[in-house]
Parts: sequence; C-alpha cells; structure tokens
Amino acid sequence: MDFYRNHKSLWLWGVLIGIFFLGTGYLCGDFGVIWRKAVMICMECIGIG
Amino acid sequence: MNKLRLRVQILFTILTNGYVYGFLKGKIYQGPLKYTCVPGLNCYSCPGAAFSCPIGALQALLNREGFHVPFAVLGFFFLFGSLLGRFVCGWLCPFGLVQDLLHKIPLFRKLKRLPLHHILKFGKYAVLFFLVFIGSVFLFGGFAKIPAFCKYLCPSGTLFGALPLLTANPLLRSQTGGLFGWKLGILVLILFLSIIVYRPFCQYLCPLGAIYGLFNRFSLLQIHWDEDLCTSCAACENACPLSLTVQEISRSPECIRCGKCVKACPVSCLHFTAKSNGYSTKHQTCVPPGTNTV
Repeated sequence: MDFYRNHKSLWLWGVLIGIFFLGTGYLCGDFGVIWRKAVMICMECIGIG
Repeated sequence: MNKLRLRVQILFTILTNGYVYGFLKGKIYQGPLKYTCVPGLNCYSCPGAAFSCPIGALQALLNREGFHVPFAVLGFFFLFGSLLGRFVCGWLCPFGLVQDLLHKIPLFRKLKRLPLHHILKFGKYAVLFFLVFIGSVFLFGGFAKIPAFCKYLCPSGTLFGALPLLTANPLLRSQTGGLFGWKLGILVLILFLSIIVYRPFCQYLCPLGAIYGLFNRFSLLQIHWDEDLCTSCAACENACPLSLTVQEISRSPECIRCGKCVKACPVSCLHFTAKSNGYSTKHQTCVPPGTNTV
C-alpha cells in the first residue's frame, strides 16, 4: 500500500514503458507478424485448425 | 451511469466490429487497421473485426521461431493498463457486453460468485500462464507452437469469429469437427453461466482481465473513495456485482470499474477520477491553497 502511495506516478512510467515497448516492437517487426496473423482466418480461433 | 456504460459498450463493439461487408460475405477485413490491437478481447477472425485481438496477437508473436519478447503487445498492455486498468473489461470489451446482457435475463436465482470463488478466481492467471504463455511457446501439439488459448478455450472466438463465419461460408462449415464441438460446448456453458453468475468468464478465465488487473492499483483512472464523506452504509458493496468491499473497489485486480458503486453511493463519496499525486482531482480542487493536507 505504502509503495503505491509513495510512487504516485507509476501510471506515467507504465505509459512510457508501453510507448518504449511499442517502438521496440515496431523495430523488431512485431506489427507485421500481428497483421499477417490477423488478416488470415484463424483456424484455431474458429475451432477448425 | 449504467445507461452510459451500456451505450459506450455498444458503441465500442460497433466501432471495432464495423466491417459489415465481412458479415455479408463470410470474409474478414484485411486492411491496415489490423496492425493495431483493441484493448478488449475481440477475435480478429470476426468478420466485422477492424483491429487485432491483443491475446491472439500475443500468441502470434510467441509462436514465432525461437523465443522473442512480444514487445508490441506488451506495449499495448502497458499503455491501456496504465491508463485504464480493468476499466477496459467493464466498458470496452465486446464479450463483457454479451455477458452483461445475458445476466439481465430474469431467469434463475442470480449469484455474484461461484462456490469456491476464492480459488477459482486464480483460474484466469492459470489460463494466462499455461494456455497463453506455455502453450504458445512449447507445450501443446507435440511441442509445436500453437495458440492454445484461441484453439481450446476462447469463447469470444467461437461467438464472434466461428459462428458468423461458418454461417456465411459453407466451405468452412464443411470442415468443422470435434474441436469445434468442444469450443461450442465451452461457449454454451459460459453463456449459460452468465445468466446466473455475473461475468463468469471475466471473473475466472479471462487472461486479458488477469493482465489488466495487475495495473488496477496504479492506473491513471481510479474510483476515488473519500473516506471522510463515507457513512459506511454499505450501499456500494451491495451494488457491486463482484462483491468487493469499499476498500477493494478500484484497487482490487477483480474490480472492472463498472461504476455501479459510484451510482449507488448516497453521499457521492465514490467517484471516477484521474489520479494525480495520490489524491483525486476533485479532492485537490476542494482543498484551499496553502492548506496542509498531510
């Protein structure tokens, strides 16, 4: 409890880490992997594959 | 508040599943919006889905050859989680909306929790660890990497992806077998349970809820409890569909920030707030300049 009271801007660090991860993911080509998976019908999702 | 939440839920579901052509033709959207993820659980194989599902995307990244940290999806989790926490579950998740609507059906005696709730609530963490992480990395399918959560459990995929696609696409329909039967059984069970228990999938199985719950304590959006105003009438606790105490509201990983406690409070000691320096913005404006608040 005290940890959260004493670190009042943790959410801001979370946002910054999120933006950093998104940038790193972009450089690693993560978004291309996501897009390629998302534009094909996911056979596992619909219970066929 | 409840009507506002329902409107937001419906609007967000329509916005994220607005590709009407897909429903008509039994195909899915293949445009650039699918580079990004929606905050809630929304299957990217839904014919109307305009964006990607974060859990599906996480598994797709973990399914790659070798081991790679799924930076992009972790980025989405940190971003949405740090800003909103499980507000995403309460207000922005299409499958949450379905469960909410089913729970309104006046059938059976309503339960807030299942028996053994204190054990079952950890089920979502087990699903996250075993089906999403371990399953995706190496465990199932003869050590082949598969999206185990999507394949064996996800009811959102069956409801929003499989049923519309199979209805509109006879070729896909001809390929269904035992796995589809299994997933359909899980969907029916969860939908049936939703009539009796409030959001059983969110409470016990959803890996996305498990992730966002970790952010609840320090996310920007909070439900602020003004202890000085509180009369301990317990109206908020009675209104809470998840049976949380007033101390647990907002901060507990179980709280989905539906706002029913805020509406129920007769003295308005609970309110949504953007947290700043440990106090609510409302609280800060009430304190005269120069007043020692410590």
